[in-house]
Amino acid sequence: MNGPLPLLVAAALLVPAVSLAQGTATSEQVRRGEYLVTIGSCHDCHTPLKTGPAGPEPDMSRALSGHPQDLPVKAPARLPEPWMAAASATLTAWSGPWGVSFAANLTPDPETGVLRDFTEEQFIQTLRTGRHQGQGRPILPPMPWPFIGRMTDEDLKAVFAYLRQVPAVRNKVPDPLPPAP
Amino acid sequence: MRRIIVHRKVSGSPRVPLAALSAALILAAGLVAAGEAVPPAAALKPPLRLEDTGLYADAATLAVDPRHLAFSPQYPLWTDGAAKRRWISLPPGTAIDGSDPEAWVFPVGTRLWKEFSFAGRPIETRYLERLADGRWLYAAYAWSADGREARLVSERGQRGAFPLGNGRSHTIPGISDCKACHQGGRSDVLGFSALQLSPDRDPGAVHGEPRRFAEVDLKELIARGLLVGHPPSHEAPRIAAASATERAALGYLHGNCGHCHNAAGPLRTVGLYLRYEAGSNVAPALASAVAHPVKRPAPGQSPEALMRIEPGHPDRSALIERAASRYPALQMPPLGTELIDEEALALLRRWVAEAEAPRQKAQLNEKGQIR
Repeated sequence: MNGPLPLLVAAALLVPAVSLAQGTATSEQVRRGEYLVTIGSCHDCHTPLKTGPAGPEPDMSRALSGHPQDLPVKAPARLPEPWMAAASATLTAWSGPWGVSFAANLTPDPETGVLRDFTEEQFIQTLRTGRHQGQGRPILPPMPWPFIGRMTDEDLKAVFAYLRQVPAVRNKVPDPLPPAP
Repeated sequence: MRRIIVHRKVSGSPRVPLAALSAALILAAGLVAAGEAVPPAAALKPPLRLEDTGLYADAATLAVDPRHLAFSPQYPLWTDGAAKRRWISLPPGTAIDGSDPEAWVFPVGTRLWKEFSFAGRPIETRYLERLADGRWLYAAYAWSADGREARLVSERGQRGAFPLGNGRSHTIPGISDCKACHQGGRSDVLGFSALQLSPDRDPGAVHGEPRRFAEVDLKELIARGLLVGHPPSHEAPRIAAASATERAALGYLHGNCGHCHNAAGPLRTVGLYLRYEAGSNVAPALASAVAHPVKRPAPGQSPEALMRIEPGHPDRSALIERAASRYPALQMPPLGTELIDEEALALLRRWVAEAEAPRQKAQLNEKGQIR
């Protein structure tokens, strides 16, 4: 990974807002959750980008399923000064001084969805504390939990309810990689 | 006769500066960084200076108010070798409701302090105060280099508070990290409980200290009327164990892991119960860890560690592997420590090497209670 990638990252970030996941919304809470997930930019990292004629755009067939398991990343990026971080073309893998982090699979897939073991309470605590299941390992950058964690309990419950009913996508996101020695 | 007021319970890293990096990346993504997320603030804000919490009778000499009660838990929390002093203060005429030995209810106005020292000088003092609405106020104070005063630390904590060597340093935790542990069970107060203050102290406890002169224990709290309702059958709780090694190991897990890994808190669904209940005669840790398969391997976990504890095989036990790691995605505990507790690790390894699964395996129901 080298110099041009950060430019690609910047370009990707300029992509217009992700279209709404087509709804199976059956309740006000789920509709609220869908709205929050959309305007909260969750898709920016958790839905992989694909490059087509119009440039990079979110692959909604894999909505919210995190870093694709068929896109292996074996080592952190080596960046010249003054660059600090870089991302994959999918915008789902991020490399920086923390190592490499991969956007999680937020869909309710029973085998590979990161939230499969989460209770609603743990989901809320995770975003309040920035720790896995609210009390465990730190969530790595660039997950913007510091401001998402300021949402109300009601809104976080709505997000959780929405994520519980989006289409499940089977995709085993890799473990994070430690920093280069 | 003195009137006793008992208050019922109201309601039930990596080494790089990740927060800064994260904030930078968030900004790069066109988002707004808003600082550390903290649940709604308590009604009161902590004082800016430690001395204004009332710890000292004389701030000039740092003489602790003799009305406060010093104590030391028999199974202390490992904080990278920090020496600790602890005090509790109950408002005059009040007492702790001890009718539930697993969740003491502290009167409004209760204050607790815990002082952390490295290399013989104080680095931080943490503070808890029970507010009128039943919630707890959390604060941490960082000591000046000359040890004369301690000032309130930001809610986000303070990195680099004391160098520990090899590029690591002590971090004064942010409030959300404080709550990650202190709100992981039924009581915000840790280390001041029936088992931790039992007069039947474990001589084999890792980093355990003999009860110091003038420190209170369970017996004295009851005798002085400061703890009421405590079941007479639980006046000297002791971990039931097959050996002295097992007693100390279960005690260590209780004091260092049980505040999150218990059957009552948010992580109960993990199904690993390392908290020992004071009135019990069997440790839930045996049923939920020994010969128990790993639920989901953590990042970086060895593929050979298929069990939380594989009897006779510490090298294939996930609990041992995680206690022996300080890789942030794998280490346990996940916060509050930068250095491996080698003495405890040796104890835990010895215990696992001696463990025999079938004999010790108890049965738990789906709520984590002993059948």
